[in-house]
Amino acid sequence: MTEFTNATARIEHLDRGALSMDELALVIANDIPDGSFVNLGIGYPTRIADHLPVDGGVVLHTENGMLGMGPVAYGSDIDPDLTNAGKVPVMELPGASYFHHADSFAMMRGGHLDVCVLGAYQVSAAGDLANWHTGKPGAIPAVGGAMDLAIGAKDVFVMMTLFGKDHSPKLVPSCTYPLTGVGCVSRVYTDHAVFEVGGDEVVVTETWGISVEQLRSRLDVGVVSKPG
Amino acid sequence: MSRTRVLESADEAVAGIEDGATVLVGGFGLAGMPFDLIDALIRQGAGSLTIVANNAGNGEVGLAALLKAGRVRKVVCSFPRQADSYVFDDLYLSGEIELEVVPQGNLAERMRAAGAGIGGFYSPTAVGTPLADGRESRRIDDRDYLLEYPIRGDYALIAAHRADRLGNLVYRKTARNFGPVMATAAATTIVQVDEVLETGGIDPEAVVTPSIYVDRVVAVRRRNYTVQGAR
Repeated sequence: MTEFTNATARIEHLDRGALSMDELALVIANDIPDGSFVNLGIGYPTRIADHLPVDGGVVLHTENGMLGMGPVAYGSDIDPDLTNAGKVPVMELPGASYFHHADSFAMMRGGHLDVCVLGAYQVSAAGDLANWHTGKPGAIPAVGGAMDLAIGAKDVFVMMTLFGKDHSPKLVPSCTYPLTGVGCVSRVYTDHAVFEVGGDEVVVTETWGISVEQLRSRLDVGVVSKPG
Repeated sequence: MSRTRVLESADEAVAGIEDGATVLVGGFGLAGMPFDLIDALIRQGAGSLTIVANNAGNGEVGLAALLKAGRVRKVVCSFPRQADSYVFDDLYLSGEIELEVVPQGNLAERMRAAGAGIGGFYSPTAVGTPLADGRESRRIDDRDYLLEYPIRGDYALIAAHRADRLGNLVYRKTARNFGPVMATAAATTIVQVDEVLETGGIDPEAVVTPSIYVDRVVAVRRRNYTVQGAR
C-alpha cells in the first residue's frame, strides 16, 4: 500500500491548478521522440510546434501537401500559396518538400507518420475518437482529413480539455458523438491529466491540480494509475 | 501542333461546359483555387453542376461566387464548414444544395483511382463511423476496409504555376494540393497558370503534371488574395 501511495504521489501535481493549453502543448512536445514525422492537425495541437526543440529533428507534415512545415508566417512572409491545414499562412523550412493530395494521404494512410495529435469532442476508454461532428440537428458535417489521420499515424494522441463547458467528462465509457475512428487513440493529453487508453480501464500517468482519487470520482471509466 | 490548346482567355477555356456537368475544382481553401476559370464559368452560364472540391467556398470569391450565383446542385467535398463558408452554409441549411461529405484522403484517392483506371479500392478510413453505414466492407489481413469507388469529372478546373505550350505543369508550394490528381480524373482538364512558357521551358525532371492530362491552358494575371487567418 505504501508503495502504491508513493507511486501515486509521484504522478500527482497538486501544488498547482490545471494546465493551460500552451503548458499542455509543452508536455506533448516533450513526449514526441526526436526525428519523428508528425502531423498536428488543426487548432490547439498546432501550438505544439512552438515547443518542439529546434535541434530535435522533428519533421512536420501538413495534409495539404508538405513535409518540413515551419512556423506561422506574418507580414511580408505571408505567401497565399503556402498554408497549413487550417489555411493559416506558414513558412517553409530547409529540406521541405511538396506533394499532391493523394500522396499526402497515402503517406498518412500508409502508416508512415509516427505521431499525429488531434483535438476531440470525446474519446472512449477503448480509444474510440469523436471529433468531426456534433450530430446536432442543423449542424453541417465536415470531416476534412480527421478520419484519415485517425487511422493512419502509428500513434494518435488527443489534446483536449478533460471536461466540457457543462463540466461533463470528455473521456467516456463510450462516445455519444458520431465516431471519427475506432480504437485508434493511444494517449489522451488533457489539462488535468494524461491517460493511456485502449483497454477496459484508462491508465493515468500524470495529473495537475487534481488527484487520482478525484479523477476516479469524476470520470465514468475505470482509472488505474502508473507513473509515466 | 499539340493536342493541348493554349487559349487567350478564361472564357474560351471554359467554353462548352454543359448544364449538369460534374466539375472537379482544385484548391485547398483559396490556395490553388482557379479563380479566373470559375469567374469565366459564372459568365458562361452552365448550371445544375456537381462540384467536387475539398471545401465549399470561402468568402464570396471563387467557388463561393459560383455557389452564390445558383449554379451548383450538389457539392462533394471533405470540409464544407469553415469560418467563412457562409454562402454554402445558407444554401445548405435552406435545402437549396445537396452535400456529400467524403473524408479528404478518400476524396483524393477516389479521383486518383478514376485517373488510373482503377475500378474501386478498399480503404481503412471511416470504418466504424456513420460514413460507413450501408457500405460494402471487407476484412483483409485482420484489418477492416470499406469499398471506395472512383470519382470522375467531366471537367477539371485547376490552377498551376507554369505550363509549357504542350501542357506540362509545375505548381507552387501548397497550392499544388488537388491539382495533379484532378488533372488525371477528368475527361477535359482546364488549367489556369501564371505563365505559359515555350515548349522545353520546364525541366522535364521537374514536371509534376505531364502534358497528356492537360487539354486547355490559359495564362491569367496573378492575383493577390488575402488568406483567412493571415495576421
